Amino acid sequence: MSTIAPEKYKENASKGIADPVLQKALGGLQDRLGPATEKLYNSQPEGHDMRPRAHQFRRKAIDNLDVLLSTLADKVRGHGGIVHFAKTAEEAVEICKKIALENDVKTVVKGKSMVTEEVGLNLALEKEGIEVYETDLGEYILQLSGEGPTHIVAPAIHKTRREIAELFTEKLGTPYTEDPPTLTRYARKALREKFLKADMGISGCNLACAETGHIVTVSNEGNIRMSTTLPKIHVAFMGMERIVANLEEQQSILRLMSMGAAAQEIGGYVSYVGGPAQADHSDGPQEFHLIIIDNGRSKILADPEFREMLCCIRCGACLNVCPVYGKIGGQAYGSPYCGPVGAVVTPLLFGINTSADLCAGETLCGACKQACPLEINLPRMLLALRSKLSDGDPDWQVQPKSKGENLLFSGWQRLNNNRKIYDTLLDLMRMLQHLLPAKQGMITRLPWPFSGWTANRNMKKLAPKTFMQQWKETKEKKDS
Amino acid sequence: MNKPEKVTLFIQCLVDTVFPETGAAMVTVLERLGLKLDCPSNQTCCGQPAFNAGHQREARAAAVKFLDIFEDAEVIVCPSGSCVNMVRNHYLELFADDPKMLVRAQAVSMKIYEFTEFLVDVLGVESVGARFPHKVTYHASCHLNRFLGVDRQPRTLLAHIDDMTLIEMKDADTCCGFGGTFAVKYSEISGAVLEEKVQNIVDSGAEVVTGCDMGCLMNIQGMLSRKNIPIEVKHIAQLLAEK
Repeated sequence: MSTIAPEKYKENASKGIADPVLQKALGGLQDRLGPATEKLYNSQPEGHDMRPRAHQFRRKAIDNLDVLLSTLADKVRGHGGIVHFAKTAEEAVEICKKIALENDVKTVVKGKSMVTEEVGLNLALEKEGIEVYETDLGEYILQLSGEGPTHIVAPAIHKTRREIAELFTEKLGTPYTEDPPTLTRYARKALREKFLKADMGISGCNLACAETGHIVTVSNEGNIRMSTTLPKIHVAFMGMERIVANLEEQQSILRLMSMGAAAQEIGGYVSYVGGPAQADHSDGPQEFHLIIIDNGRSKILADPEFREMLCCIRCGACLNVCPVYGKIGGQAYGSPYCGPVGAVVTPLLFGINTSADLCAGETLCGACKQACPLEINLPRMLLALRSKLSDGDPDWQVQPKSKGENLLFSGWQRLNNNRKIYDTLLDLMRMLQHLLPAKQGMITRLPWPFSGWTANRNMKKLAPKTFMQQWKETKEKKDS
Repeated sequence: MNKPEKVTLFIQCLVDTVFPETGAAMVTVLERLGLKLDCPSNQTCCGQPAFNAGHQREARAAAVKFLDIFEDAEVIVCPSGSCVNMVRNHYLELFADDPKMLVRAQAVSMKIYEFTEFLVDVLGVESVGARFPHKVTYHASCHLNRFLGVDRQPRTLLAHIDDMTLIEMKDADTCCGFGGTFAVKYSEISGAVLEEKVQNIVDSGAEVVTGCDMGCLMNIQGMLSRKNIPIEVKHIAQLLAEK
């Protein structure tokens, strides 16, 4: 599991920026997926209404979460599944651990699931002596190398062919090759053995449908379908917000999710799972458990400012367009949730103060909102988080982040409120700026608190006269 | 909207203090179109830096001052998309819980325009008769493009400048990395984003980079200057004022 360490944002961002392999991978990913997704949005038969409508579907589901979840639970129980509600990460992990221990589970295969990362499932199972294998190729590579993900959907894009070749030779004992199909075959063979011996399969849930009582998983490798049908027990982890009312709405959102995630009309494997194998099913698990997890989501639900965030389906479309993510990569965010979505979700789930840099470290360019299949207004929520950090908020246990910055801005406000003082200060700064190092009218080093600016760029000097002075002078000339 | 009797200028604080030539160029263009101008000289910043950094109390104070100064204007025009976005959209959020102020903010919200938006959408002007015999590339500022939906307007005006070659840079609508105080607080990240923007500008082969927001242009100019790259930075008003 990736450790939650958003407080190292700046430090880890530096590492990402300095890594040429990562830079190339991120550039390629954004050039490819960003425009391709936009093109798909614009070519849907539903037209431009599709995204706002899907947003409404999600919003309606979130507003009626209690009813939908209880309908889903009833339906799943009706299919013979077992439904658990977990209030916290620890509870969710305990439930899964208990199922594993009661059934003497030795080996677990997992389909890619963000929420299991969020609750720290792998580590907890491994502590019990259970072998846990990620089966998504990217996740498997990272599990072997012991690294955190770079991207929500494409976690291992920062790994070169050569690194993977070396990793496989070291960890799987396969002959050295840099040929991607051969490497994939090696992984496939290694994983196939795990699939066959696993006694528990764990998956996430992309989106559940209340009406039919199914969860849906989407993958492009078929690994989730294998993880959930071969072992005798299937445990599905579901964030409590991942639900819609009916099949029609679910279909629309799954299509948008595929567009956002991988610029596909629909993912390669879309599986509907509603319970254990029925008598007339030729395969499938004997037991099906659905663990529905709160872990801080009720708190988000209760806050009208952030409720919209629960509409998110974690497709990662915002990562593929974000200029900041495009430079620093996913590991900088210190959370399973990275990029613009992570900058909002991580503070809300793991603490706003510890994630302060995630809230403030964006440009507010709005590319994320534009790329989101559900048009979620991430910039608005980033601003709301920043406001909490400057004022503090007892409801979210937020302490004011910086008294110094608060003082600076209250000083700024007094200044801004009075043009005379404003002009006097400008006069003073105009005199003082000549003391600063400059080249051809451009200041090359600014003092604190502006020194960051001149770390990598220059700053034009204040003009000899403000526009307002010039305007007044011209007007007086005209009038006389 | 008919041609207004009088246009009230809202001069972005950066234009006022660092780039007054941009304001002067806007005045030239508007006066050539026969408009009467007014410019309240007690105006200061609209509050956006405070708002974006999370200091809503201070932003609200700036907004109150702005409304006091500008609410009697017939129409307000500003050479910055980002400041117009602040007044048009964010003031409404700042006063969401204050019905009295909200009404005032709404009234101003409806009569404030970004400069190119005003020329094209309000006045119906596509050509101002400018001539600028140079190769130019256009940076589409984020707040202008995404939050005001203004992109066609500046491009229309640029397309009608005589003898000018407009070269589209790669990712013209990608952020330059400015982001207000972000550029100072997270200068390394900001610099990395800016680096790519500057490279795309250089690769375009243009002699001049233009845009509708001095915040972004100041950022771009800062790195061009640091790297001694001889590409000029000019606000679109400066190009439109050229004869």
